[in-house]
Amino acid sequence: MSSPDAPTVIAPARRLTIARAIAEAIGQEMERDATVLVMGEDIAKLGGVFGTTTGLLDKFGPERVRDTPISETAFIGAATGLAAAGMRPIVELMFVDFFGVCMDAIYNLAAKQCYFSGGQVTCPMVLMTSVGGGYGDAGQHSQTLYATFGHLPGLKVVIPSNAHDAKGLMLAAIRDPNPVVFMYHKALQGMGWLGTVQRSITDVPDADYLVPLDKAKVVREGKDLTLVGLGLSVHQALDAAERLSGEGVSAEVIDLVSIAPLDRQAVRASVRKTGRLLAIDDDYLSYGVGAEILASVCEAGIALRSAPQRIAFPDIPVPFTPVMEHFVLPNADKIVAAVRHMMEPSAND
Amino acid sequence: MSDAPSNRSDRLWMYTTMVKSRYFEALIKPAYFEGKTPVFNMAKGPLPGEMHLSDGQEPCAVGVCAHLRPGDTVTATHRPHHVAIAKGVDLDAMAAEIFGKASGLSGGRGGHMHLFDARVNFACSGIIAQGLGPAVGAALASKLRGEDHVAVAFLGEGAANQGAFHEALNLASVWKVPAVFVIEDNSYGISVAKRDCTAVERNSDRAAAYAMPGHFVAGNDADTVYRIAGEAIARARRGEGPSLIEIETCRLEGHFMGDAEGYRPKGEVDRLKAADPIPAYRQRLLADGFEAGELDKAEAEARAAVDAAFAAARAAAYPQPEEAFAHVFA
Repeated sequence: MSSPDAPTVIAPARRLTIARAIAEAIGQEMERDATVLVMGEDIAKLGGVFGTTTGLLDKFGPERVRDTPISETAFIGAATGLAAAGMRPIVELMFVDFFGVCMDAIYNLAAKQCYFSGGQVTCPMVLMTSVGGGYGDAGQHSQTLYATFGHLPGLKVVIPSNAHDAKGLMLAAIRDPNPVVFMYHKALQGMGWLGTVQRSITDVPDADYLVPLDKAKVVREGKDLTLVGLGLSVHQALDAAERLSGEGVSAEVIDLVSIAPLDRQAVRASVRKTGRLLAIDDDYLSYGVGAEILASVCEAGIALRSAPQRIAFPDIPVPFTPVMEHFVLPNADKIVAAVRHMMEPSAND
Repeated sequence: MSDAPSNRSDRLWMYTTMVKSRYFEALIKPAYFEGKTPVFNMAKGPLPGEMHLSDGQEPCAVGVCAHLRPGDTVTATHRPHHVAIAKGVDLDAMAAEIFGKASGLSGGRGGHMHLFDARVNFACSGIIAQGLGPAVGAALASKLRGEDHVAVAFLGEGAANQGAFHEALNLASVWKVPAVFVIEDNSYGISVAKRDCTAVERNSDRAAAYAMPGHFVAGNDADTVYRIAGEAIARARRGEGPSLIEIETCRLEGHFMGDAEGYRPKGEVDRLKAADPIPAYRQRLLADGFEAGELDKAEAEARAAVDAAFAAARAAAYPQPEEAFAHVFA
């Protein structure tokens, strides 16, 4: 209702956690699109163990915000059926570690529905799930399993590092005609009972906006080497880059945002410029995200100034006791140490 | 414990084991909040991560485990302490494991949701309904070897809606293995009430689908659990096949420590605490002729054992970080 004479009203910046951003995106899309509904364990009355559906039950009622039994095989399978029937379900798998009981519905149904039907039947669904450890929850509640999902054709897999991206990615994921696995990291989620990396709490526009599901972002520019991360490891890379700048090393940081599809061009463009590559993630090392990043660069024949490196979780289950868990988790110290080594002249040998 | 000379001694054992379990968790509570105040952060303090307490559910554990021997197998859930204590898991090593110490059951690798004590064939898991299949396997092993060991899988009422529940019951019945499935119905799967997510009022009715006896035990009472579980376990030992038991119990605490429990009706916890099964059982024993002094002495011994376990666990050394790499493979 503004007139040319009225002062421009600028909405105050709202800083949201990733949890709030996700819930806002789902709510806005539910308002816009009557086919969107959300299902999962403790997502209605409780608003999601990790806050992803806070307030939605009150707003949209139990028909569209459905608490499920502890029956992931059934309700994720049901989501593929809903999607085939023209609805846009969002389902929550409370911890990614629980995928073991319902993977068939995810990788043999959701991921293949479009292909098997020759494109007749699509599967526009979002599977959102929490990932990550570092808080002493042991090996069945602390995994990330990025690569497990990224490995499977037919699934898109995104991991926001901040609230702005979380909202835009969720809106894009719901509207995408394909199954999207939306992984949110517990260390970034902004729940009161879990510590949160403050940088993940960002200004989030009220408005509807999309963050592409297939584009990596350069979140810090640099010229000496490229640090590639996703989710939590983006923040660890940024912390490391800041420290390294004090040592005269200029690190570029890439936030992958998505691992399927993987924005290989963004990584290659950066490494062509810097000549050095270190990939960091908190999934198991072997056959992992870092391996795929390194392969993408090596296959492109990019001349490197030092051997490409990766930091990840070693090939062991996540141990409970903090003295072990923090010993094996990636962190900024390990990144700084790896970079120092890569920057030594002998690293070229 | 089934070799105990009389029901009287079993009852004393059940009472003192419930007291021991409750006291174990009473010591966990303040320890859990150490380092987590003023701002609650699950990652902090000597007991990081989720902590699921079993206060209120003790009758399920003792009424069943009173009939078990070390050679019998038990698989338990993410809420395992009462069952572990009743099965005879090493108390010192269990406390040390929960504190993440080198002297813990698994050297700190497993923590509170992943307690393993092979000495008494006990294991638990953080994945809902995961223990049923392993119990069928343990029971089959006993049958194949011609032994009379049984396997008991504990699960929550929410787990009865998992596919693994139905698959395992069917398999156990088809193979006629000596397994007993014990559902601890505490009314809630985290925030979701049983009535809102379960098609039947009593999961014990589901036994009919798998051609096995199904028992519903009302009242959260150790003696009743003892009687019904005794029949089911004896039946399994005789080689007559599996049974399903659902026990009406209650969770006096949140799903995990720090749970705001906004999903509970007002006054529910107060009502449940007023009907706490442990003091009620003490009153029953006194009415049945047990001496107060005898109960007091047994209680004191139970508490002393827990005190000693916690003191040792706190004093114990953390493992070397490099130990994280041990035991990935045998």
